[in-house]
Amino acid sequence: MISVPELPRGLVAFVKKDCPTCLVIEPVLQRLAREGGVTIYCQDDPEFPAGLPVEADLQLDTSYREQIEIVPTLLRVGEGGVEQRLEGWHAGEWRELTGIKDLGEGLPDWRPGCGSLSVDPNREPELRARHGASGLQARRIEFAEAEDEFEAMMSRGISDGLPVVPPTESRVLAMLAGTSRNPQEVVAQVPPDLAPCTVEKVAINAVMAGCLPEYLPVVLAAVEAVCTDAFNMHGVLATTMPVGPVFVVNGEIARRIGMNAGKNVFGQGNRANLTIGRAVQLVVRNVGGGRPGEIDRATFGQPGKLSFCFAELEEDSPFGTLAESFGVPAGRDAVTAFCGEAPRSIVDQLARDPDSLVASYAACIRAMHHPKLVMGFDAMLAIGPEHGRVFREAGWDRARLLGALEQALVVPGVELMRGAGGMAEGFPIPAEKAAGMALPKLRPGGLHLVYCGGGAGLFAAVIGGWLSGPAGSVPVVKEICP
Amino acid sequence: MSEQRTILDPTNEKVPTQRRRAPALTTLSGQTIGLLDISKPRGNIFLDRLQEQLEAEGAQVRRYSKPTFAKPAPVDLRHEIAVQCEAVVEALAD
Repeated sequence: MISVPELPRGLVAFVKKDCPTCLVIEPVLQRLAREGGVTIYCQDDPEFPAGLPVEADLQLDTSYREQIEIVPTLLRVGEGGVEQRLEGWHAGEWRELTGIKDLGEGLPDWRPGCGSLSVDPNREPELRARHGASGLQARRIEFAEAEDEFEAMMSRGISDGLPVVPPTESRVLAMLAGTSRNPQEVVAQVPPDLAPCTVEKVAINAVMAGCLPEYLPVVLAAVEAVCTDAFNMHGVLATTMPVGPVFVVNGEIARRIGMNAGKNVFGQGNRANLTIGRAVQLVVRNVGGGRPGEIDRATFGQPGKLSFCFAELEEDSPFGTLAESFGVPAGRDAVTAFCGEAPRSIVDQLARDPDSLVASYAACIRAMHHPKLVMGFDAMLAIGPEHGRVFREAGWDRARLLGALEQALVVPGVELMRGAGGMAEGFPIPAEKAAGMALPKLRPGGLHLVYCGGGAGLFAAVIGGWLSGPAGSVPVVKEICP
Repeated sequence: MSEQRTILDPTNEKVPTQRRRAPALTTLSGQTIGLLDISKPRGNIFLDRLQEQLEAEGAQVRRYSKPTFAKPAPVDLRHEIAVQCEAVVEALAD
């Protein structure tokens, strides 16, 4: 925390050159300096006002300490500190405070001031941090002068393997401006350590991930979603299967923060998509203690465990949104967490009717994890605009498509029994019963539709799930609060 | 302390309690051994065989099972095992 010299006694003015009112009253300040004496602190130019001695407050420490919100501000400072305070230019008030009856004669009677630079949202967090007024509770970690801060964070084990942004106090304060929630509010108990996680801790990890403050409400809701018993983050980490949280963001917020729902929707290049999922994974790693090779026992893992987060093409969707399918009212901002593996492309460039596409989807979904394993895993089906058009033009909605897929995904027992097709894997169905039975690939309600992707390409994609239902992981949707 | 050279700790800042391990059993005879089936396929086959061998050594065996292998054992089950057994074998299978 820095120390700032006390204000001198007498008249003190705070101004900035980039303020029309301050320019208007320049002659007033010059007269005060001549006649009674005034100490002038200028926030942006040590040469303003012209020809006068000026205390350059370019670092804004004095302005911040004196809680200057408007320039010009005129103070009368006595033995006990500030006795009187005027903001903006009001001729009558300035005359009364200074005792100079014709001060500012010829000038307009009144002009509002401008915002002080010390309350500029881009400057204020750094000032709060420098003045020890952040209120942040996290332990401070200091790096040696000779340490490279990026290497230092890597070596402390708090990164996911990519460089992270140093979470300085001012950056974390700026991040916290993205939410109205109290920094010390506990958001969730984060698995596997079930550690209480505050808004502040989420903000620290969001800074590290590279988030902008406006992403923070999405990150907070996503953290809440994965830290539920239903989502079962502990199991998602501990499994040997290649799965991690997949986040689908719905509502106006997705467009407002610039999320990608279109071209290359699962790929690189969009900051919000890549950093929101990453922030959640950093919370799980750093707050929850869920580290690869330790609690995370994945055999292969998948690249989406760095971040797998996207939005839907809501305006054009023939299917409504994923959040709506889970009961969230239309128009609300929400994030859904689904436990999934990497996306697998479905190419069908010849189908021009829904039934043909349904048959293609079913054939591809059936292969998820293994063609002979059924009812164990949910799936997310991502449909792109060119396939979506086929359903829209035929008048199909979500319910009709899901119903058709449910029928198409019933698999004959003879294809599922162990040994069938020359594969030991399969269901323990006795041969005499296999002929008369059939099983669905997915449990009821186990297929989740999303509509996204670029405008060119007759493609869809399937994202395989993990152990489904209450014994494993079920998708969790959380509304996003500002 | 330079602001740029100082970061906020992103971890939970927990200091885990260090506890001594229970001493290893010197004999199985007369001991109560818990066998926890985590509910993976064929875990029971493995545990049946283990139970035979433990009982042949004079141990008394109690069997337990987790509701699902995909979630941690419920706290009540963990407590039950802790108060009823001298040792526990947690069995994975597939």
